[in-house]
Amino acid sequence: MELGLQVDDSRSPYTVLSVKGEVDVYSAPRLREKLVELVSEGHRQIVADLEGVDFLDSTGLGVLVGGLKRLRSHEGDLTLVCTQPRILKVFEITGLTTVFKISGSVDEATAS
Amino acid sequence: MAVERSLELSVPSRVEYIAVVRLVVSSLATARRALADDRIDDLKLAVSEACTNAIEANMEAGEDAPVVVSCWEAPERFEVCVADSGQGFDPDDLPQHPPVTDPERLNFERGLGIPLIRSLVDDVRFESGAEGTAVWMTLFGGPDYGDETSEIVRVVIAEQE
Repeated sequence: MELGLQVDDSRSPYTVLSVKGEVDVYSAPRLREKLVELVSEGHRQIVADLEGVDFLDSTGLGVLVGGLKRLRSHEGDLTLVCTQPRILKVFEITGLTTVFKISGSVDEATAS
Repeated sequence: MAVERSLELSVPSRVEYIAVVRLVVSSLATARRALADDRIDDLKLAVSEACTNAIEANMEAGEDAPVVVSCWEAPERFEVCVADSGQGFDPDDLPQHPPVTDPERLNFERGLGIPLIRSLVDDVRFESGAEGTAVWMTLFGGPDYGDETSEIVRVVIAEQE
């Protein structure tokens, strides 16, 4: 299944990247490329909407950690939108809920 | 009843096949009503992580060998074995990540797979040597295992008996 990646930059200063499908070692490189592309284009406040993600493995987590690191090194940030227990569980097990800001909706993530 | 092998899959060591393995193994566990829904998610992720490592091990060893996934069933128990032909590793000698409160944590994008497997399944066993690695993962429970509502129903039924 192809990974769906959609960019919405209508919520300045935020850029919303909606991710749909399964993020695993096969598809994660496309997510990494997209995050790198957005940062290189000057986007600094990225909101990754994971509500359409059916599956996320450790490679996907690694890509998100890499994206966060890249953004922080440019004085930016990466916020996640995720309410699905099956996906949140992966962040909880790995302790990454304390590393990422995780919001309940895109509106909440882009409210400030 | 003895544990019986119910399925064996041999897939090329290419990452695009992992989604197929996930789908087949989770469909089998669902069809057999072997595990509760949230445990099926655990199974999918654990199998996926093991396959990712197995493919990487085969590729590093320059092996054109397949990854072999076998499922074993018993009442309220589902076991999966993911085997590669790589060079093996010591599961007790894995690099440790800094704690998540340490900013250095962000320098580690990899190495989460085996800790995830250990957290997701009820029992995991690594058989690793120069001929390859087999990761045995066991999950316990029937379809209602861990389901609070079902637990309440069971208690009510038990009290009435």
